[in-house]
Amino acid sequence: MSFSDTMASLSNGFVYSAIAVYALALLAYSAEAAGRAARRHVVLVPAATAAVNSPTTPEPEPAPDGWRRLGAIGTSMTVLGFLLNLAGVAARGLAAQRAPWGNMYEFAIVGALAAGGAYLFFLSRRPVRDFGVWIVAIVLLALGLAVTVLYTPVDALVPVLNSYWLVIHVAAAISAGGIFTVGAVATALFLVRTRAETRAKERGGDVDGRYAASLPPSTTLGHVAHAAHMFAFPIWTFAVLAGAIWAENSWGRYWGWDPKETWAFITWVLYAAYLHAASTSGWRGVRASWFALAGYAAFMFNFVGVNLWITGLHSYAGV
Amino acid sequence: MRTAVILLGLLAAAAIPGSVLPQRNVASDPAAVLNFATDNPELYPWLDRLGLFEVYASPWFAAIYLLLLVSMTGCVLPRCARLWQAARSAPAPAPRNLTRMEGYRSFPVRERDPVADEEPGSAGPLKRAAEVLRRRGFRVEVAKDEVRAERGYLREVGNLAFHLSLLVLLVGVAAGRLFGFEGRVALAEGETFTNVSSAYDAFTPSVWTDTESLEPFAFTLDEFDAEYAAEGPKSGEPRFFNAALSYQAGANDETRRLDVRPNHPLDVNGTKAFLTGHGYAPVVTVRDGRGDIAFSGPVIFLPNDGSYASDGVVKVPDAMPQQLGFEGFFLPTAATGPQGPYSAFPDALNPQLFLTAFAGDLGVDDGEAQSVYTLDKSGMKQLRQADGQPFARALSVGETMKLPNGLGSLTFDRVGRFANFQIAYDPGKEISLAAGVMLLLGLTTSLSIRRRRIWVRAIPDASGTAGSSTLEVAGQSMTRWPLPDKDIAHLVETLAANATALHPPEGSAS
Ligand code: HEM
Repeated sequence: MSFSDTMASLSNGFVYSAIAVYALALLAYSAEAAGRAARRHVVLVPAATAAVNSPTTPEPEPAPDGWRRLGAIGTSMTVLGFLLNLAGVAARGLAAQRAPWGNMYEFAIVGALAAGGAYLFFLSRRPVRDFGVWIVAIVLLALGLAVTVLYTPVDALVPVLNSYWLVIHVAAAISAGGIFTVGAVATALFLVRTRAETRAKERGGDVDGRYAASLPPSTTLGHVAHAAHMFAFPIWTFAVLAGAIWAENSWGRYWGWDPKETWAFITWVLYAAYLHAASTSGWRGVRASWFALAGYAAFMFNFVGVNLWITGLHSYAGV
Repeated sequence: MRTAVILLGLLAAAAIPGSVLPQRNVASDPAAVLNFATDNPELYPWLDRLGLFEVYASPWFAAIYLLLLVSMTGCVLPRCARLWQAARSAPAPAPRNLTRMEGYRSFPVRERDPVADEEPGSAGPLKRAAEVLRRRGFRVEVAKDEVRAERGYLREVGNLAFHLSLLVLLVGVAAGRLFGFEGRVALAEGETFTNVSSAYDAFTPSVWTDTESLEPFAFTLDEFDAEYAAEGPKSGEPRFFNAALSYQAGANDETRRLDVRPNHPLDVNGTKAFLTGHGYAPVVTVRDGRGDIAFSGPVIFLPNDGSYASDGVVKVPDAMPQQLGFEGFFLPTAATGPQGPYSAFPDALNPQLFLTAFAGDLGVDDGEAQSVYTLDKSGMKQLRQADGQPFARALSVGETMKLPNGLGSLTFDRVGRFANFQIAYDPGKEISLAAGVMLLLGLTTSLSIRRRRIWVRAIPDASGTAGSSTLEVAGQSMTRWPLPDKDIAHLVETLAANATALHPPEGSAS
């Protein structure tokens, strides 16, 4: 076997192992989430009655150590899955002798890497473990689709893709995508939690709804969402600019309203609308969140829908 | 701001139809709009009236982004003025009640250091606080009993630069739209292109393009090379293109050589020639009925699939006694399938030229412009064999076909190639690039810098003990982010540390 073949099969091995490990992470995380939600529910009922019957303060909820340990296991598995994914991407790059983001299979495994990495990065500075189950699910979906539907053997690129501006452009776009994924998960959970909080306020009482009750307060979720978007937006802006420079270099025009470019623009404008809404009174919070989710949908559509359904100059990226 | 959100939402929505419906002047497929019109004859005129085939040039699209830019300017100019004032005036005084502000801390300081001793009252710790804040990059103003500090003005500068860059971008885009041009030309190996508008196959000037004085240059396609993946699942996918050119920039320039490849254009003072496609140009020699060479050279055949099965015509207006025309196709790697001959691979492994012949009047002399890729058969008669079947032949390289009735012959000399060049001039490009850089720097600055204020107030001790006082510290974030913890913590630490250092336990004092 040649060096390239060895690396290619190593890469596949790593990606499959990453899938296995991430699947364990998903199990651990979802067991934790389910456990926490269930416990909340059980604790909530006696606490509420206690509050009515006696003026003594209800007992603080016992620390759910067992569940917490499951969560920690989930995180360790996520780290391991991330490292395996990283090894898979690196081996793929060595096999192809180029940056390993030249077709949809590679976009998917690098995108999974970026989402996992962004999650772990945020986890190292903020209490976002509740996102874990969703991020891992998305990562698994991406890797699963990659190996089943999108798989392409290692190969060289068509000549027009041979440009370092392209390498930079795609790397920036995928990194932004990873962080946008964390932002989208945070935003969705923010919406779930906010809804529960609003209901609780109207009714007067604690947040119920098993899952919503187990989530961090909406302010925390909103903060993480905003931080992720603020972090990713300049990177996405850079990706779009780098793409324009590459387009100028290869087609003689920096902007041509090709479908791929158009959806990059739509994504950008929606996230700009989100950032504005987030500093506009009356739009902050729930309404702004919908713009963020729309931005994410546009971003995903650009990676998936445009490649598959709309033909344009970019369509040689290949499935 | 609400206006901005709504208009941005509208802009995003308005951009969608252009990615779904085919667009005029969008490069990928020039025939797409026409095809749509043929397929949807009822829908087409309505959609066309709404400008949905030219979304990005339509008045309603322009209306949205112009409104957005106007509203933005209206937003941002007053902000510029306020920033200018803020930059020239001192940081704001502390609110009366500091305890309500962020990160409030209060702690006693006893004052006995040399600086304080010189200055009466509580100025000592305040001076030190000012020093600490200044070193941390705050702009500091020391008033009688308080320190006012602010930093992060750059955030506003960034925000303004970012928003204004959008106007610069508009200028850059407009410059290209008003003065630039785009054109396309296909050159067979050995052919020369001179940069005048009439030499283009397609030329799209802008409103104010100076068509008479395009950048003077000329280039010859010496040789075109293409390589394809020979095996594996991507067999037939292109791997390498190279167009070897000789060019002259300006009339008196020496001849230079350049390899033009994808992403490596020829650039003559900002007018760039990009390699955008290629195909085959079989070289043929046609002899007429008298045996004279009536035509000899490459003829461009346009590829119509990924394996470069290509269609083309050969026109021979100089042939005597009758003009000759040929129509047919070229297969670089000819193979035979159930549907007839096809091309199995894009490279020229088994090149074959399939032609039928016509004689008569080509219609090229009546002055009307004619496509070089189609034959006007109105004045031509198809040649037939003795049995009445249309005359048609498949030629390999070196083979000759003799036309019936002694009308002449055609020889397939060798396989040549042609290359497509997109030639573009955009005088707004540099402006747009500058706008892009300004946009990115401004955006990053505005999103990463936190503007905030810190106040330190000294309250002389009620007991009246000489030099002893209480310090109050608090701040205010001017963004949606909380005050960085470090700002206040650092202040407290430094002042407290200094205080203890300066005030060793009783008795051991100097
Ligand atoms: C042309 C389209 C526009 C784009 C792409 C755009 C984009 C942005 C972005 C990305 C930010 C940074 C968000 C942040 O600091 O959190 C921002 C901030 C801001 N924009 Fe715009 N903007 C546009 C138009 C406008 C308009 C029309 C207005 C006025 C109505 C406006 C007023 C502001 C203000 C005041 C901020 C600062 C918000 C803050 O300090 O939190 N912008 N804009």
